[in-house]
Amino acid sequence: MSAAYVMSDCWTMTRRELAHWARQPVQVVVGLIFPIMMLLMFGYLVGGGRGIEGEYVDFLVPGMLTLTMVFGLEGTMTAVTQDLDKGVIDRFRSMPMADGAVLVGRSVADMIQSATGLLLMTGVGYVIGWRAHGGFVAFLGAMGLLLLLRFAMLWIGIHLAMIAGRAELVQAVQILVWPIGFLSNAFAVPESMPGWLGTVVAWNPMSATATAVRDLFGNPGGEPGHVVAAVVWPLVLLAVFFPLAVRKFRRLSV
Amino acid sequence: MTDAIVVEGARKRYGDKQALDGLGLVVGGGTVHGLLGPNGAGKTTTVRILATLLRHDEGLVRVAGFDVRTHAADVRRRIGLLGQHAAVDEELGGRQNLEMFGRLHHLGARRAGARADELLERFGLADTGRKPVKRYSGGMRRRLDLAASLITEPAVLFLDEPTTGLDPRGRGEVWESVRSLVGGGTTVLLTTQYLEEADQLADRISVVDRGRVVADGTADELKARVGGDRIDVVLRDARRLDEATKLLPGSEVSVDRDRRRVSAPVTDRMAALAETVRALEAAGIEAEDIALRRPTLDEVFLHLTGGREQATEVAA
Ligand SMILES: Nc1ncnc2c1ncn2[C@@H]1O[C@H](COP(=O)(O)OP(=O)(O)OP(=O)(O)O)[C@@H](O)[C@H]1O
Ligand SMILES: [Mg+2]
Repeated sequence: MSAAYVMSDCWTMTRRELAHWARQPVQVVVGLIFPIMMLLMFGYLVGGGRGIEGEYVDFLVPGMLTLTMVFGLEGTMTAVTQDLDKGVIDRFRSMPMADGAVLVGRSVADMIQSATGLLLMTGVGYVIGWRAHGGFVAFLGAMGLLLLLRFAMLWIGIHLAMIAGRAELVQAVQILVWPIGFLSNAFAVPESMPGWLGTVVAWNPMSATATAVRDLFGNPGGEPGHVVAAVVWPLVLLAVFFPLAVRKFRRLSV
Repeated sequence: MTDAIVVEGARKRYGDKQALDGLGLVVGGGTVHGLLGPNGAGKTTTVRILATLLRHDEGLVRVAGFDVRTHAADVRRRIGLLGQHAAVDEELGGRQNLEMFGRLHHLGARRAGARADELLERFGLADTGRKPVKRYSGGMRRRLDLAASLITEPAVLFLDEPTTGLDPRGRGEVWESVRSLVGGGTTVLLTTQYLEEADQLADRISVVDRGRVVADGTADELKARVGGDRIDVVLRDARRLDEATKLLPGSEVSVDRDRRRVSAPVTDRMAALAETVRALEAAGIEAEDIALRRPTLDEVFLHLTGGREQATEVAA
């Protein structure tokens, strides 16, 4: 199949997702509001910031941005599970279209949604006092790292949805995402935690992204030299899960 | 003409359930072939294997000259599928659906749009506008589904129980579409539980039961296999059905109480007719109608599938 057909199929499937949004704007809006609510809740209600120098909000916002990228996994998984249940997937699979186009459509739509979410969150962050001090290029770099993490989570989500296949298992993963998200440095620095917990947190791939992003924003908790880890980790996850997901889709119910 | 579908010794297992147990099938190009069988016979499994949605464990399966396992992409370019359940996007409108499928067939944006309008017109869906498919009636959805499987006028079309759940008008419309397609050279494999449907549409019929073909041939050949003619007697008085049962020749007499009818297979037509009339007269049982006829496909079906539960339901 020619590259032009592959591109065209991926675009057609992306259009399908966008058309779904156009018909369900409320759902889209709710999806965007949720992380903002979390940000406000942690900023004003939960508070915290043990062992953090400077303003807590400057530490919190990059952490919340990272957490939102990881939690995106749930949304992707739910959407894919629901989609696979639909009869239309049988039609796609019996048509002469590019192998992964259905999944690529999903992922492009999710990335658009995540990028929009990131912009909204930084806007709200600004309003509650968060500032980035690293300059425009560093800001774009930080956004890039966050979206790369989201992209890796997305393909993990697609793959898990296909091997789980059932709503109950999606729920189990949704619950597991929380400790994974919180066992990171999103809200607190590892040094403030008991020894073993600090080690787990320091090794969480998500912490690499949060630390690198804080560094690029010039926020507390950032350390130079984490950008490489924040690029490599998601790429490794992608190298594993992207091919697995595409292959699994082609062989669904076989 | 070459064979459009060839299946030899196909086996498929789900866990410990043997869904296909050596099924064989040959369908000539440009013909309509009926796959007739009770629930769970393996009809959908067969169609899904042919449409490259499912892999068989053993056997040879070719569609339009291509092996479904090694040349799935070539097969997909030449087939249309109307599955047992609707395979359209429920959130989108009819035109959006058809345009999307047209693009996925690589017609390009303009031709995909034009083709969508053409098909909507042809299937009486032109005025559905942006209404999402989930708010369509069952018949409308089925027609859209059929339109979606005809985007590129496929060489081979699979129809899995195309009229289940449709009212008689909807059923007639689907039949009409199938007939006109075949006029255009398309090969059709049609599964159904309605014997009438197979009789109406199919050039040849394979009766499937428990994952195998238990009989195949034209409708007439199958009818002949069950044995010759039958005699039907419709009584005026339903209370005398049991008595009449004893008067008919042979031991395989069946009774249809709702229609006040007794029916039995006969070998010598005229002798049986004369004998029955005489016996009824002697017993003083009044008949409303007496007729000699070929067996119906219902009876063929019951006979070939061993008259299992589901089969009886179908016939009832
Ligand atoms: N995914 C599956 N997992 C396990 N068993 C299955 C699966 N799909 C079908 N079966 C079993 O395989 C057998 C054949 O099923 P199939 O759907 O092919 O029958 P069918 O002839 O299409 O029946 P129906 O008239 O009800 O549509 C049945 O016994 C069914 O229970
Ligand atoms: Mg079926």
